[in-house]
Amino acid sequence: MELMHYLTLAAILFSIGFYGILTRRNAIAILMSLELMFNAANINLVAFNRFTTPDGFTGQIFAIFVVVVAAAEATVGLAIVILIYRNWRHIDADRVNLLKW
Amino acid sequence: MEQVVFYLFAFLIISSALAVVSLKNIFHCALFLVLCLFSVAGIFVMLHAEFLAAVQILIYVGAVAILIIFAIMLTSKLAGRDPIMTNEMTFIGAFLALILVFSLVYSLSNTFFRLADTEPAPQSTLELGKLLMTEFVLPFELVSVLLLAALIGAIIIARREGN
Repeated sequence: MELMHYLTLAAILFSIGFYGILTRRNAIAILMSLELMFNAANINLVAFNRFTTPDGFTGQIFAIFVVVVAAAEATVGLAIVILIYRNWRHIDADRVNLLKW
Repeated sequence: MEQVVFYLFAFLIISSALAVVSLKNIFHCALFLVLCLFSVAGIFVMLHAEFLAAVQILIYVGAVAILIIFAIMLTSKLAGRDPIMTNEMTFIGAFLALILVFSLVYSLSNTFFRLADTEPAPQSTLELGKLLMTEFVLPFELVSVLLLAALIGAIIIARREGN
């Protein structure tokens, strides 16, 4: 398989996550779409690592860091979602407007 | 053979990702997210990144997906579907996502990447461990501090005040 196949797959996955973030109302569904976009970025990093510098591992190291940061993001994001649910009894991102002006 | 496996994984990834962003029941979305993450791990194996595939399954499927499922169970009723899952941006969002994917694929196919024709190193896990302990030791330690900060922050945010 060539590099272009993997990049196209990652582009499609990224766009699907982008669509989910734009259109979902449930905050947890938005976070799930965000995970899709992180995975698309990881596929890109590993594919470039495999096809342009197969004897180095910098792309894979970056992908590991992306995974760790995504885990931290999911933890804090879901804690905020649970706090919003406790105070508002819903997690509809369109109706959570504390930070809007 | 490799092509067949790649297209199988690509089909699984794209169809389950579409299910994640379009299904009505949020719990089914989370289950399809698990399928999508597993298939991405398969793609990593095809790219000779075995350690990353293991990390993907351990952290994403084992931790993040379980965390998301717990959050769903704490915030919504599992029985019955949510009638309004999407906002009024559906068509605009689909249009923008299509523009994004076409422009990305167009620009990628018009870019020249200098490819190497050497074979990948056979033991990626060993080399990754060495790199993490030598060249990338500072970001490695920093990311552990970040994880600790996220852990404490999540506990403080989600804790009930007053007791």
